[in-house]
Amino acid sequence: MGRSETVPSGEPGRPEMPGQRSGEAPYLQVTDLRVRFDTEDGVVKAVDGVSFSVERGRTLGIVGESGSGKSVTSLAILGLHNSRRATITGEISVGGRQLVGLAEEEVRRLRGRDMAMIFQDPLSALHPYFTVGRQIAEAYRVHHPKAGRREARTRAVDMLGRVGIPQPERRFEQYPHEFSGGMRQRAMIAMALINDPDLLIADEPTTALDVTVQAQILDLLADLQAEFRSAIILITHDLGVVSQVADDVLVMYGGRAVERGSVRQVLRAPQHPYTWGLLSSVPSLHGDADANLVPIAGNPPSLINLPSGCAFHPRCRYAGVNGDRSRTEVPALGAAGEAGHLVACHLPAAERERIYRDEILRTGVAR
Amino acid sequence: MTRFLIRRLLSAALTLFAVSVLSFLMFFALPRDPVSGMCPKNCNPERLERVRQELGLRDPLISQYAGYMKGIVTGRDLGSAQGGRCDAPCLGWSYVSNEAVSDTIARVLPVTLSIVIPAAILWLLLGVGLGMLSALRRGSWLDRAAIGFSLTGASLQLYFVGAVLLIVFVYNLRLLPVPSYTSLFDNPVKWSSGLVLAWVALAFLFSAIYARLSRAQMLETLSEDFVRTARAKGLAKRAVYGRHALRAAITPVVTIAGLDVGGALGGTVITETTFGLNGMGRTAVDAVRAGDLPTIMATVLIAAVFVVLANVVVDLLYAVIDPRVRLG
Repeated sequence: MGRSETVPSGEPGRPEMPGQRSGEAPYLQVTDLRVRFDTEDGVVKAVDGVSFSVERGRTLGIVGESGSGKSVTSLAILGLHNSRRATITGEISVGGRQLVGLAEEEVRRLRGRDMAMIFQDPLSALHPYFTVGRQIAEAYRVHHPKAGRREARTRAVDMLGRVGIPQPERRFEQYPHEFSGGMRQRAMIAMALINDPDLLIADEPTTALDVTVQAQILDLLADLQAEFRSAIILITHDLGVVSQVADDVLVMYGGRAVERGSVRQVLRAPQHPYTWGLLSSVPSLHGDADANLVPIAGNPPSLINLPSGCAFHPRCRYAGVNGDRSRTEVPALGAAGEAGHLVACHLPAAERERIYRDEILRTGVAR
Repeated sequence: MTRFLIRRLLSAALTLFAVSVLSFLMFFALPRDPVSGMCPKNCNPERLERVRQELGLRDPLISQYAGYMKGIVTGRDLGSAQGGRCDAPCLGWSYVSNEAVSDTIARVLPVTLSIVIPAAILWLLLGVGLGMLSALRRGSWLDRAAIGFSLTGASLQLYFVGAVLLIVFVYNLRLLPVPSYTSLFDNPVKWSSGLVLAWVALAFLFSAIYARLSRAQMLETLSEDFVRTARAKGLAKRAVYGRHALRAAITPVVTIAGLDVGGALGGTVITETTFGLNGMGRTAVDAVRAGDLPTIMATVLIAAVFVVLANVVVDLLYAVIDPRVRLG
C-alpha cells in the first residue's frame, strides 16, 4: 500500500473518477439494493440500500468486515440466494438487463456466461468427485449446448493453459485434490472465464492462499482483465489487495455503503472513521515496523438489530462530535471533497479533514 | 485402482479367515457337548468316546479346523455315521435334521435371498427417492409427509406391520395367498405373490430410515460450496441436484446400505417368522434351540461372509464414487 505523508487534496495524477465516466454506461449498475433474510430470530438486513456501478475494464473493490454484506451483495447479483428465504429489492442491471424480479431461468442463462464468480476456498468450491477438466468443460457446455465433448475439452485445456497451469492436457484429467491451492484457484478462474464473462465477481479469491501465490493470482486477474476487458468486483477485507488491483473502492459496514470513491481517494484521503479504522489495522511494509496496529474497538453490529442512526456510532470515537445526530439519524452517502468521492458520515467535512490530518495521520497508524 | 482392489480383497480374505477361526472355536466354547447332542439316550461312556474318536474330536484343534476348512473347499469324508462322503462345500452333518448342513443351507438360503434382495431394491429406491425429494422440497407438504412416513416406519415393529398386512391383504381382501416360498425359477408369479408382503413390510421399515438419512445428507450437501459453484456456472437445477449434489449425498447412504443388506442376507428372523417362511434366520434360531452345532456354525459363517462381502462391495463403490479413496 502506498504511503501518504500529506493530505492529498491537490491535483489528481490521473483521472480516477469512479462510477459514471463519459462514454459507455456502466456494465453493472446496482441501485438501492436491499437483501433481507427472514429468520427465527428476526429479519436480517444483510444489505440495506447499497448502490454502485462497475464499467467494463474496471475493478471495484468491496471492503468490509465479515457480515458487512459484501458476499451477500455479490450472491444477489448472480441470483444465487434462495428465493424462498431471501427478499431482494432494488435494481441490479447487468449489461442493460434488470435482474431483480427476472425469472430464475433467465438469470440462470446469464450466470456463468455474462457474469461469473470465483470463490474464496477453491478446494471446497470444486466438486471433489469430478476431474477439474470435466468441471471446466461443463461450464462451457452449459452455455454452448451445440458444442461437443471434444470442443469443450479443447476450450478447457486452452483455458487451463491461459491461466498459467503447466501441462494443461495432463491437468485436465486430474482431480481437485491433486492440485495445489494456487493451481486450484487458477482452475476456478479458468472455469469462471471460459465463457468470456463481461462481469467477474471474485469473492476473497486470495484469502485461502499463501502470500506469494496471492500475488500471482492477483496478477493473473489483472492480465486476464486487460485481455477480456471484463468488469471485476473484488470482494476482500484486505486493503493491500485493493490498492494493488482495484480502480474504485466501496467500503461497507453493517450492510450499508459508508464510503465510495477511487482507490486513491479512499486509501489516501479516507473520509469515514470506519475506513480510518480499517487502514489503521493494516500493517505496512514501508512504515515503522514497531508501530502498533490499531484494531477497531468493539464488534461488527448485529444485522437483526442494527444500531440506530449511523450503524458505526457505538464503535466510533467521533460519534459525539455532532451531538446526538450519529445516534438518531442515518447519514446519507454524500459528496466528500473531490468529485466522485462519497461518504456517509455526520461529521462536517472540515472537521473530518482536521481529525484525519491531526489525529489519524499524526499517530502514524494510517499510512 | 488395481492396487486398491487387491489390497481390499486381501484384507477381506483375512477377515474371513479370522471369522472362520472364531466360529470354529465357538463350537467348543458353547456349553454343550457336541456328542451328547448326537446320541440323546442310552449312551454309555464307551459309546460316547467312540463317537468322539469317530468325529475327530480327540484330534488337535488345528487339525480339526484344517479338516473343517478342507471340507468347505474340497469336500471330505465324514464317516458312515454322518452320511459318508460330503461334497464341497461341506459344512458338516446335522444330527438334528439328519442331513448334511450344506443341504439345509441350500434349501433355506434361497428363501432369505428372495426376501432380502427385492426388498432391498424396493427400500433403496423408495427411501433414497423420498429422502432426496423431500430435501429438495424442504418444508413442502411432500417433505412433511415424508417425515411423517419415516417417523411411522421407524417406530413400528415388523411383526406388527406384517400382521396388519397379512390381515388386510390375505385374510380380509383375499388378494394374496398365504405367504410361502416357491423358487423363482419354477414359478416367478407364485414366487413374487408369496413373498410380496414380506418385501413390503421389510422395505417399509427400512425405507423410513433411508428416507431420513438421505434427506439429511442431501440437505447437508446442498449447502456445500461446490453446489454453489455448480449453480454459479449456470447449470440447470436438474444438473445441479442430479449430477453434483446427488453424487456427494449418496456416498454415506451406500455405506449404510451395504451393511444393512449384508446383515439382512445373514437372516431376517423376524420377517421369516412373521410370514412363516423358512430362511436363514429361522434356521439359525432353530439350530440354537436344538443345540445343532454344525448348523449354528454354518449360519454364523455364512452371515459373516455376507457382511464381509457387502463391505468389500461398499468399498469398491466408494472408490468408484470418490476418487480420493483410490489413493488411500
